[in-house]
Amino acid sequence: MIKLDNVSKHFTLHNQGGASIPVMAGATLSVEAGECVALVGPSGAGKSTLMRMIYGNYLADAGRIMVGGTDVARAAPREILALRRNTLGYVSQFLRVVPRVPTLDVVAEPLITLGTDPQAARERARELLARLNIPEHLWPLSPTTFSGGEQQRVNIARGFAHDYPTLLLDEPTASLDVTNRTVVLSLIDEAKARGAAIIGIFHDTEARAQVCDREVDVGRFTPVPA
Amino acid sequence: MTPLLDVRDITKRYGARIGCKDVGFALWPGEVMGIVGESGSGKSTLLGCLAGHLPPDTGEVLFDTRDGGPRDTLKMSEAERRMLARTDWAFVHQNARDGLRMGVSAGGNVGERLMAVGARNYGDIRARAEDWLDRVEITEDRMDDRPGAFSGGMQQRLQIARNLVTGPRLVFMDEPTGGLDVSVQARLLDLLRGLVRQMGLSAVIVTHDLAVVRLLADRLMVMKDGHVVEQGLTDQVLDDPQHGYTQLLVSSVLQV
Repeated sequence: MIKLDNVSKHFTLHNQGGASIPVMAGATLSVEAGECVALVGPSGAGKSTLMRMIYGNYLADAGRIMVGGTDVARAAPREILALRRNTLGYVSQFLRVVPRVPTLDVVAEPLITLGTDPQAARERARELLARLNIPEHLWPLSPTTFSGGEQQRVNIARGFAHDYPTLLLDEPTASLDVTNRTVVLSLIDEAKARGAAIIGIFHDTEARAQVCDREVDVGRFTPVPA
Repeated sequence: MTPLLDVRDITKRYGARIGCKDVGFALWPGEVMGIVGESGSGKSTLLGCLAGHLPPDTGEVLFDTRDGGPRDTLKMSEAERRMLARTDWAFVHQNARDGLRMGVSAGGNVGERLMAVGARNYGDIRARAEDWLDRVEITEDRMDDRPGAFSGGMQQRLQIARNLVTGPRLVFMDEPTGGLDVSVQARLLDLLRGLVRQMGLSAVIVTHDLAVVRLLADRLMVMKDGHVVEQGLTDQVLDDPQHGYTQLLVSSVLQV
């Protein structure tokens, strides 16, 4: 489902003397349907960078990033947009929303965008918010004023609203209490059971051991300074 | 599928000075394209050329018309272009006063555009105007007031209602949230995003506000000195800018 071949990347800082910083070289990995793979490695090894490249948020210099049938490294913006709508979900560490939009609509939005009946989409959103223990009286409010842990759970609910065939999870259990951590881990298990291919970053080693089938050490793809 | 708008090699000079040069892009149905750049970068000139307000020196603006498929709007007759501007196109000005008739009531401002495309039944026009004012959160009791009695944010929402009432397929927006309070901007952004989504609109939005494009635009084009220096997915351009100028723009935004 997800297959990376020889992916590389550098950053050029034009306003800091044109410094060129290589950050990724020879990144190769694949994830099958129903599998969850953890990206591991020390801070700064490029775990988030690699994840962002798979999502099309960062450009790749070279290599192939196949997700579903699309090569993200070469796809046109509208192909990536279609991929993100239908195929590739992403739970980032930060919630970014239009101010004023109620939590319920934030969570239902990915489904509504896909053409799901708004009633049904909101029903699914209610189910997820309840499961993730977001108090019902908060649902009509914008999540912008919520606590960090609440925002994180809204973000997770949104990321799991549609049954994406492929999922990227950046620290999905960080800043969650035990109860909610268990809920998130079972959501991940359920996604695997329905055949989703998942790539995750988990600093929480117990959580990682529980849901991940394999680990990929991103340190292997860190370019050696010349 | 055909792009709704296919822009090719648009160049506009003001004497020896370049307004914009060799700009081209394709906009697909339902897509929102943001154009950013500082004052004088040529973004408003480009928008003017696309919307038929300014004649470019060279280039083509192909619009996928309902009856005739893609046609170069620059080669259309003035009458055809005016008809397009009233039906399938809309233009939201930065200054609501430029897009409204200040001597006419709020309801009249919305109804007028319907009448321009042939609506004649008074009750029907009033009902549709009321529906649209409601969608942009202007209450019925303000319907007969003139826009001069409205706040800046309300005027902007009225301008949007006036523009969208005829169900356009393409909306041009020039700094739609410029000059408004931040809280009013958020409300307007929310409204615009909802309308774009519900109506499946395509839009070209010119702004210098990177936060606005992040929330509204699928794709982004960065202009400097009349040239497009970078374009791509909005979040990619903002999070992994390739051009020195874009890097400068992104790093200059104050964090709140």
